[in-house]
Amino acid sequence: MSFDPVPFRVSFQLGIWVTSLLLILCFPLAWVFARSRRRWVVWIESVTTLPLVLSPTVLGFYLLILLSPRGPVGSFFLSVFHVRLAFSFPGIVIAGCLASLPFMLSALRTGILSVPSQLLDASYTLGKGRIETIFRVVVPNMKSGIMAGIINTFAHTLGEFGVVLMIGGSIPGVTKVVSIAIYERVESLNFGDAHVYAGILIVISYGGVLLLNRLQRREAKR
Amino acid sequence: MLRFDLRIHLRAGDHDFRLDAAHSLAEGGLLGIRGASGSGKTSLLRCLAGLYHPDSGCVQMGEETWYDSRQGVFFPPQRRSIGLVFQDYALFPHMTVYGNIQYATGDHGRTEELLELTRLTTIARHFPRELSGGQKQRTALARALGRRPRLLLLDEPLSALDEDLRYSLGEELLRIRAESGVTAILVSHSRDEISRLCTEVIELADGRVS
Repeated sequence: MSFDPVPFRVSFQLGIWVTSLLLILCFPLAWVFARSRRRWVVWIESVTTLPLVLSPTVLGFYLLILLSPRGPVGSFFLSVFHVRLAFSFPGIVIAGCLASLPFMLSALRTGILSVPSQLLDASYTLGKGRIETIFRVVVPNMKSGIMAGIINTFAHTLGEFGVVLMIGGSIPGVTKVVSIAIYERVESLNFGDAHVYAGILIVISYGGVLLLNRLQRREAKR
Repeated sequence: MLRFDLRIHLRAGDHDFRLDAAHSLAEGGLLGIRGASGSGKTSLLRCLAGLYHPDSGCVQMGEETWYDSRQGVFFPPQRRSIGLVFQDYALFPHMTVYGNIQYATGDHGRTEELLELTRLTTIARHFPRELSGGQKQRTALARALGRRPRLLLLDEPLSALDEDLRYSLGEELLRIRAESGVTAILVSHSRDEISRLCTEVIELADGRVS
């Protein structure tokens, strides 16, 4: 086997989709987790943290049952949108979203909590509603939390293996991501290519973490 | 006429606190509320601002009812014509002095007018981190006046300043309030400050007007 750059394209597409979807979907949830004092919140919060501690194969196994054409979610998507989820790119996007959910949620929750509640109160007393306050006061003051969410989620999705393999298999150009390509190269004892794939992943991940740390240090100085 | 009669039970950790305060103030007046730390001064301001939901009572500003537990009326802060100057000013750190005031006014002309009133025009492009305590206080005051409030609430606005600055800014506060003609409540733990600045004074002790 020779070096094939396509798994990088698939991984990047997956990373961009998962990060973008989670950024939008997680913000309202992170807001509730950070600001609500209701007792049921801790139960939901614990469920969303599960992917962090659960084996990816366990998550992948149940996702496969849910997303397969006979499963409740898979059959719904197939009949309504004519989209097959198991062993397809949309399927690994859903799987990637669930696997990376705690990374985005925790970063956004921390970011929201870092904004002093007095700033929100000040905005309300100036006649602004909650949505305007979120966009004009909260979001600009939690930039490092948002960046942490984007970088952690993207980097984690790039390295995702177990869940993606369970849901997507290894279809070249569709579901074969870099981590699966590394696994296959190692299996066929092609350590040279495996080194190239792994090396590029390490450089990208290090770049992301370095960028995040620099941003956080700069923000701390303010 | 501002009339309030408020009762609220607050809990902070193991500490229970009951606020039970009533008073009325003529429109255009400046009421001073004095009391030691923990006497309920800030909680009372937060109830008047709509940031706390009292257990029972009422708040009436002129012909408007902002809160009435018997009628089930509760206006959130956005619907009350108020301006609140927080103890630590709560300026938006990502906005300039101009931006902070303009956030409240939504209007360039009114912002310029307030910058002049509070003598902040020369530092309008500065960020809060570049301001002195006195400049922050004036910015917070200008911002609180941005909506042309009927009631201005001042939560220990001079407490973070040194002695000399407290005196001069206290005078300036009087001037600005007189020029805007707004009804105001000033909360402070300093007896001198309250008696020097306010037309009417009440004292809070353990959540009750004494």
